[in-house]
Parts: sequence; structure tokens; C-alpha cells
Amino acid sequence: MQISITVNGRERTSEVEPRTLLVHHIRDELGLTGTNVGCDTTSCGACTVLLDGESVKSCTLLAVQADGESITTIEGLADGEKLHPVQAAFREHHGLQCGFCTPGMVMAAVSLLAEQPDPTEHDVREGLEGNLCRCTGYHNIVRAVLAAAEGSQA
Amino acid sequence: MIPLAFEYERADSAEAAIAALARHGDEAKLLAGGHSLLPLMKLRLAAPAVIVDIGRLSDLSYVRDEGAHLAIGALTRHHDLATSDLLAAEAPLLRHAAGQVGDPQVRHRGTIGGSVVHGDPASDLPAVLLAMRASVVVRGPGGERTIAADDLFTGFLETTVGPDELLTEIKVPKTAGAGWSFQKLARRSQDWAIVGVALQLGDQPGIGLVNMAPQPTRAVDAEAALSAGASPSEVGRSASAEGDPSADLNASVEYRRHLAGVLVGRAVAEAQGS
Repeated sequence: MQISITVNGRERTSEVEPRTLLVHHIRDELGLTGTNVGCDTTSCGACTVLLDGESVKSCTLLAVQADGESITTIEGLADGEKLHPVQAAFREHHGLQCGFCTPGMVMAAVSLLAEQPDPTEHDVREGLEGNLCRCTGYHNIVRAVLAAAEGSQA
Repeated sequence: MIPLAFEYERADSAEAAIAALARHGDEAKLLAGGHSLLPLMKLRLAAPAVIVDIGRLSDLSYVRDEGAHLAIGALTRHHDLATSDLLAAEAPLLRHAAGQVGDPQVRHRGTIGGSVVHGDPASDLPAVLLAMRASVVVRGPGGERTIAADDLFTGFLETTVGPDELLTEIKVPKTAGAGWSFQKLARRSQDWAIVGVALQLGDQPGIGLVNMAPQPTRAVDAEAALSAGASPSEVGRSASAEGDPSADLNASVEYRRHLAGVLVGRAVAEAQGS
């Protein structure tokens, strides 16, 4: 079936099998491998992307469900060489260890800050409950998200 | 993990979805947010031959004030329930519990109707609907009918919604001002409850239990004890003897019963503000 998705601002039309998961479509068909497959069971959040601006787990969507919609992956956040404020804050505050969960964490954080621009530390921890960091590096991740929120408030 | 191959149809109206079900019979499954069905299909525990995608029926996404009750469209997402001002004022238990389902990503996709018709005893919202004495509206080839939450859940992942019917709306009595509580114990915050409790005070106090039977269930003896003025711990003790819980990796039967007692006791105390 033919689907057309606006991916990081660019319309991409492809032929897909209906059973194709969005994450496989993003990685294998569109070649955007920043989005990771972690648990593959809607638990870890490594595959988080934005669908019409809201965080979703792309392992639990069919590509056909995103037909006609707009998605943003980690590759679509930066403006050229200029990192998105959340990306910059993750770098500044070392919000990563091995880096595998990072794309999903960043996307979940972007969605969280869109809904709650001025979160408390508790809000951030709750808001990232759908993302697991197996290095257990949560402390700096939370610090980075709070810093990004503060930066955009200033 | 990839689902088995299926035919994909997109319904552009409730009528079209019902017609598709009539055409395909048992072979077809409706896909709303997909957060109950797709995980099952990926594990190949479900392998429908036809998927009828109703996820774009935006006219089934709403929360409306209809006088004595609220009407909630079946495709209303958990996120929309959890941020609804109308629910905050008139059905705060449902609003709060919707915000406890899964995690933000799941709440951005999962729908109340999908969660309810899935009939999973581990889901939060069926227990809430039981506690609130809600009902659901289903539409099929023979027209529309209303099913009380009490008559909805018949067994593990089984409901009285027919294979040719579409759940369109949930009717929730207004509970403004009445005490309520939602208690859930999970290993990690995003996990299913090991045991959960939805409690709604009012003329007819309701206690819905998560994961304490093969299907979402009410603690009727505990409700009677509560109506008779029993203390929180007495109501909890009554609830711990109810249901028909099973053991799994997370909990033994005894532990589930213990949790039900503790959580119901806490729920009563919180709802009564003591």
C-alpha cells in the first residue's frame, strides 16, 4: 500500500506492507537510523519519535497509521549545525552514558516540554517514565531536561 | 517482532467500520490506537486476517456534558482524558486514572474504547468504569444498545461486545464532590498494576479491582461493608477475600490478596479524607 508521511519536514512517499512497523519503516526504508529499536515491546522508549508533535513509540505503530501525518525523528531536531535546545542540554549536562536510549529520551523530553514548559524535577521524572536508561544515567538526563526548560524560559 | 500479514482497510465512518465487520466476520479486528492489539499481534498471540483501522474517526473523540452524565467518545485518547477540564470537575477519578495508564507515549495513542473492549483484567480503566457504574454504547448491524459496565466483562480478554459491533461511547455518571481514590502498585511506574483499586464514593459506592480476577471485577462484599460504615481496614479485609486472582511472575495469589486488602484500605481512607 502506498503511504505518504512528512518526515522531518519532507514528504516521503513509499510502498509498504501493511504490517510494517513505523520504526522499521523509519530505519530500513527511510534510512534514518537514529531511532533505535530497544525492547520492541512498548516498554523502553528507545524508538520514540514525534507524531504531529507528540511522543509515540514507533515500535507500536504501523507505518500505515502514520500515512498523511507528520513525524519528527532525532535527525529532524537540529537546525543545520545548531543543536535543538534539548540536544544541547544533554551534551552540556552529559545526559547520556552509552547513548542507546538517548534519541528516545531526547524526543520524549521535547514532547514533555511542549506540554509542560516549566516542569519540576518530579514532573520530568514522571514525564520520562516511558523511557528506560539501562546505564541508569537518569540523574543527568533529568538535569539536562530541567536545564533545557530553564533555557527556553529565559 | 513483526505481526503476521493481514489485509488493511481504513474506515472513514462508524457505519463503514460496522459494514466492514459484517463483511469479514470473525476474521477482522478493529484498530483504534493499537496499544492493546498491536503488542498481541507482534507476539503473534493475535493474528487477524483483516485490520479495520478506525483510528481516524475523529468524530468519536470527545468528552461531553449530557446533564446527569458525561459522554465520552470511544476514540478519546488517555492523554485527552487526563487533561480534560470537564473530567476534572465531574469525574476526577477517571481523569486521574487515565493519567496513570502506561506512560506518556502510550497515553498519546491509546484510547478509552480500545482499552475497555480489550477487557484486560490488568488494565486500569475497566476497573474505573466498574467503580463509577458507567455504561458503554455499542453499535452493530441491528442498531445501538447500551451495556452496563457490570455486564461487560465476562472472562479473560472477553466482553459482551459482539464481533460485529463497534463500541462508540462511554457514559459516566457525574461524581462532582464525591470522594474517590485510585491505587496502583506496579514494579516500575509504566508497568501494569500488580493489583489496582478504583474507588468511587457516592450513593452507591463502587470498588473496581485490577488484576484480581480473570476479568476486571468489582469487590461487592467490600462495597457492602463500606456502605454499612465499616472502617478502611475492615473494607480492605473484605476485598482481600474477593475475586479470583492468579499467580504470575510478579505476584503469588496470596500476595495479590494481601495487596488488595492494603490498597482498598488506603483507597477508602483517602476517599473519605481520613
